[in-house]
Amino acid sequence: MSDVVLRAHAVGKRFGGFTALSGIDLEVRAGERLGLIGPNGSGKSTFTNCLAGAFPSHDGSFTFKDAPLAGLKPHQRARQGLARTFQLPRPFRGLTVAENVRVPLSFGGRGAATMESAMACLESVDLAGKAHRMPKELTQVELRRLELARATALQPELLIVDEAMAGLSHTEVDQILALLFRLNEGGTTIIMIEHVMRAVTEFSQRLAVLVAGRKIADGPPADVLALPAVEEAYLGR
Amino acid sequence: MSDAIIPALPRPAPPRRLGHAGFWLAAAAAAAILILALRGMGSEYAYFAATFVLQYVVLATAWNILGGYAGYVNFGAAAFFAAGAYTTVAVGKAFGLGLLPCIGIAAMVGGALGLGTGILTLRLRGAYFAIATLCLSVVLQTFIVNWSYVGGSRGAYILRPRDVPFGFDSYGGYLCAVVLVLAAAAIAIARSIEVSRLGLGLAALRDDEAAAEAAGVPTLRLKLIATSISGAMMAVAGAPLPYLGSYIEPTSAFGLSYAVNAIAMPLIGGTASWAGPLIGAVLLSSLQQAATVTISSAANLLIVGVVLVVFVCVAPRGIIGLFRRRR
Ligand SMILES: Nc1ncnc2c1ncn2[C@@H]1O[C@H](COP(=O)(O)OP(=O)(O)OP(=O)(O)O)[C@@H](O)[C@H]1O
Ligand SMILES: [Mg+2]
Repeated sequence: MSDVVLRAHAVGKRFGGFTALSGIDLEVRAGERLGLIGPNGSGKSTFTNCLAGAFPSHDGSFTFKDAPLAGLKPHQRARQGLARTFQLPRPFRGLTVAENVRVPLSFGGRGAATMESAMACLESVDLAGKAHRMPKELTQVELRRLELARATALQPELLIVDEAMAGLSHTEVDQILALLFRLNEGGTTIIMIEHVMRAVTEFSQRLAVLVAGRKIADGPPADVLALPAVEEAYLGR
Repeated sequence: MSDAIIPALPRPAPPRRLGHAGFWLAAAAAAAILILALRGMGSEYAYFAATFVLQYVVLATAWNILGGYAGYVNFGAAAFFAAGAYTTVAVGKAFGLGLLPCIGIAAMVGGALGLGTGILTLRLRGAYFAIATLCLSVVLQTFIVNWSYVGGSRGAYILRPRDVPFGFDSYGGYLCAVVLVLAAAAIAIARSIEVSRLGLGLAALRDDEAAAEAAGVPTLRLKLIATSISGAMMAVAGAPLPYLGSYIEPTSAFGLSYAVNAIAMPLIGGTASWAGPLIGAVLLSSLQQAATVTISSAANLLIVGVVLVVFVCVAPRGIIGLFRRRR
């Protein structure tokens, strides 16, 4: 296997006449921590959806672990080790917190779906105490953590975290960062989509910037953030 | 984080509802009591009424596997039910087979019908899926009406075998015992699906298909499995019907009351677990049986409607939901 775990080639997506994403080329190395930033509506979640297979079609192509992803359903991509969280948490509302995690444990095809592994997974996001609660009893922050627990239960090679930290307090951001660092040390490649700049800059080894569906920058965080075009996209609007 | 300061102990897992052995003992005991009571009464009507109720237990339990566990509301229960009934007529006439082999073949026919319906319609959600299943009923009924081999629109008479199977006091008693076994089997199947990986996957996709896919759940395949199992079991529920009334015709076999009852019974009992359809079916079908005897069968659908409206308002999670606060 080559060093590159994910390769996006000329990825584009249109909604009707609106171009949400166009000509995105991106390479992510195994074990890398990539920050994907951009103003609201710049296409970050759309990129995630294309990658995860949530849209029936899009332009361009993805290669994951040296194999094309085209034609694979979302669940097949998940089983191959490609996990994503949803920007707005989407828990299984009729299932307890522990059962929510048992779903990817049972269907991800990696390891046993025992109560112990579910609890271990919840432990890692500090939700073990709420294992038998229903999602509607959780706070917004806890729902985000459940979202993360479900994604990590797939034991993915690549994890895309779509704004896990919006609205979180300083310490809560630190907790999630610690969790993501831990996962990364275990070998998981992570793409972090985030508006909380402190978190992205602290976490990322590299930054890619989307503006209006195009990638305008890609490189070391300090260099990227110093680019006039990036500054303009963030401040000059 | 309050949790971080006082390490909250995980709440103990909710007690398992019933062990397998306990469930089977309870089921066998209930069955034995029922059989003995009916024998004691020794009336053909008692057998008929019990068979009527039990047949709805099978139908409601079967419907709930797709409608309750997976959340796909099937308005075409009558189509599957009638497919089972007409399988008995056709296979019985063609090969002279008795009830039991007919039930087996009905399961296959219903399963195939369920799979086909699933392939054609499962990309549809919500109201569109419901309408598509309603159409299935119309299409199948038109087919049967024009199939003269099974009596077409005039219907067909089915003679009960002269000799009663060993150990039974009448064919009605035998029929009742057969449907009782079917009901127990249906509940056992529903119950094992509920605690299985399939049940977990169905519950996940019922809540959110995209999130289920993202968690690795092969949603389309699980839905096809659910439509097939549900279809097979609904057809099994209908297979004994020709023997129950000795006469069958399309208008009643495809009757609205089967479609409506199949939905109303699980809703009233509670769709989340196997006990819901059981309770709903026993309650509603007994009520309808009583109404048929005392008032008229025309009152049946009215009763179902009223009970359903009351429950939707008072107990949206059904009778089970009233007793069991959320797990
Ligand atoms: N399913 C959809 N149908 C139509 N338009 C869509 C759809 N999904 C996204 N869009 C549009 O595509 C654009 C990009 O949306 P996207 O959600 O990818 O942005 P984002 O970078 O994730 O923004 P945010 O930071 O607010 O999450 C937006 O203008 C959005 O309105
Ligand atoms: Mg987004």
